[in-house]
Amino acid sequence: MGDLTPTKALELHQKMWEIRLFELSASRLYKEGALPGFIHLSIGQEACAVGACLALESNDYITSTHRGHGHCLAKGASPNMMMAELAGKVTGYSKGRGGSMHIADVAVGVLGANGIVGQSAPLACGAAYTAQVKKTKQLALAFFGEGATGAGPVHEAMNIAAIWKLPVIFFCESNRYAELSPYDVHVSVPNVSVRASNYGFRGLTVDGSNVAEIYEAVSTAAADARGGNGPVFIEAKTHRWHGHYEGDPMTYLRPADRDTENRVDPIEQFEKLMAERLKIGDEAISAAKQTAAEIIDAAVEYALNSEDPSPGVMYEDVLA
Amino acid sequence: MKTPTDQPALEKPLKYYSAVTRAFREEMRRDENVVLLGEDVGPSGGIFAQTRGLHKEFGPDRVRDTPIAEAGFTSLAIGAAMTGLRPIVEIGFEDFLTACMDPIVNQAAKLRYMLGGQVKVPVTLYTFGSGGVNAGPQHSQSLSAWFSHIPGLKVIQPSSARDTLGLLKSAIRDDNFVLCLLCKSLVGSKELVDIDNDDFLIPLGRSEVKRVGQHVTVVAIGAMVRRAIEAAETLYLEGIDAEIIDPRTLSPLDIRTILSSLEKTKRLLIVHEAMSPCGIGAEIIAKVIEHNHKLLASPPVRLTPPFAPSPFSPGLEDLYLPNQDSISETLRNMVPENERL
Ligand SMILES: Cc1ncc(C[n+]2csc(CCOP(=O)(O)OP(=O)(O)O)c2C)c(N)n1
Ligand SMILES: [Mg+2]
Repeated sequence: MGDLTPTKALELHQKMWEIRLFELSASRLYKEGALPGFIHLSIGQEACAVGACLALESNDYITSTHRGHGHCLAKGASPNMMMAELAGKVTGYSKGRGGSMHIADVAVGVLGANGIVGQSAPLACGAAYTAQVKKTKQLALAFFGEGATGAGPVHEAMNIAAIWKLPVIFFCESNRYAELSPYDVHVSVPNVSVRASNYGFRGLTVDGSNVAEIYEAVSTAAADARGGNGPVFIEAKTHRWHGHYEGDPMTYLRPADRDTENRVDPIEQFEKLMAERLKIGDEAISAAKQTAAEIIDAAVEYALNSEDPSPGVMYEDVLA
Repeated sequence: MKTPTDQPALEKPLKYYSAVTRAFREEMRRDENVVLLGEDVGPSGGIFAQTRGLHKEFGPDRVRDTPIAEAGFTSLAIGAAMTGLRPIVEIGFEDFLTACMDPIVNQAAKLRYMLGGQVKVPVTLYTFGSGGVNAGPQHSQSLSAWFSHIPGLKVIQPSSARDTLGLLKSAIRDDNFVLCLLCKSLVGSKELVDIDNDDFLIPLGRSEVKRVGQHVTVVAIGAMVRRAIEAAETLYLEGIDAEIIDPRTLSPLDIRTILSSLEKTKRLLIVHEAMSPCGIGAEIIAKVIEHNHKLLASPPVRLTPPFAPSPFSPGLEDLYLPNQDSISETLRNMVPENERL
């Protein structure tokens, strides 16, 4: 567990619970018809968002994807405003104009989830370029899936980032599926992190269920990037428990992925580690979980009690 | 009477491409957040010498050569704009915009709206488009209508060096994504301009009446403006007095100037290099008719290339593009002899 302090461990742990409970609530509300459109959940992948974002400074930037709730929460976005946005309410981050796939909180460095696969990478390079020109020591981390690594913009971004030595981290959540088809339909190599070496920078594959390992890998990459050494590519092998979208019947699942009994739960696994290695007591662990539950229950309340946007909202912010 | 203090500035020749350089230099000196990205914009100075001297003056952080990755660096510029820079992006040829449609249409145009107004995307993307230089089907297109169809973007198309200077400077100061569609056939053209200050701005979203006339309104775009003016000058000798309007900004389109001209002339000709189906001309005609279907005394006319890709062979391309002769001929057919001067 490297030099993870008990305080930091409890922070990581609580954030993972906030994400888990936020998404379980979203899943339930979606089934009940309280959330319109479609939503993509990252249940099972919480360690990735948390390990990555908590290793960053608060003024660092992230760009995210269609599966971005965890990323936004981990970087510090408000669960209230996020849930309100999922519900299409005027109190949401986008006043109900964006929905689940377009949540941003620029003040905490979230430059936005994004509905176009692959775009998170070059957008993050832009934020990294700003940091480079203005010499701010900030960095940008792009989340994307293994499916996105087949998309041109990700490769263009990796090449530019390498040539320009941009302070950017490419963080790939390799979650076994892209939409309805498995990893090997999308990627030609067992570990997609090897792509980095062709562009001349470091790539590594980590256990995406191990929040401590991810936290450490991103901390090191961040120090590299800030030191002017250019990008790092981190592939986290993780597991998407729910469908591509809520309501996905997942008829395509491979047998190994149907076994819900024996799969690794990143939160449970971390709780064991907290108890055994960091000697954190049961009470502290359940208290963190309890706090997370209160935060998310309040977010659900907030969203459901919020107003729908008035028609005028439709015409705002088309141009600056 | 002029007093000695408002003497006009000395007229000096300005080339279309040097207007680009001048606009960039002035705006980069004015605001250190303005940066320039694109293929060969750096030490080489660009294929039309349009960025010559900028890398030397502003250095590699602010003037940066990119690899050939239009989608990647356009998107990068958008990310930079969201975080405080004001990038200028060069896409060499307008035809290559197809390689970066997603960042323009799905990112730049919508991010502010989608993100609840939290961000601005102040990017100026300029590109050399339109035909007239025998560049063939993949290097001669005018795609202005595509982008004018997207809310969240602004589209400008300057027809002279002076307009290039004033419009580009305004674009760089604008907080939105502005596409500047330059005309390749005008690159080397020059004119006398009397601008000696570094704050010459032409507001976006305003047409200009380039020639005042009474018989017919000609809305001409880009390189067609000059051709329309030349046609009008000869036709005047035949008693046809055409008013020439250059929209300059295609989105948002200033329809009012066109409507008030039509109140006078009652006749409308539109000349552009872009294709006619679903084009800017179609939009202008629709707007005119929606405003008042009895405004026109004769059917409106669009003069555009035929609905075919731009041919390479010089003789064919000459036939393909509207020119002074075809504009004159069309106007003769529109203005009856008994109404001429
Ligand atoms: C450019 C583009 N192509 C296709 C889609 C449809 N789409 C949405 S998510 C997705 C799969 C992405 O897979 P991956 O990158 O592995 O991310 P994951 O969903 O597994 O988190 C696809 C194909 C899209 N949104 N954008
Ligand atoms: Mg995936």
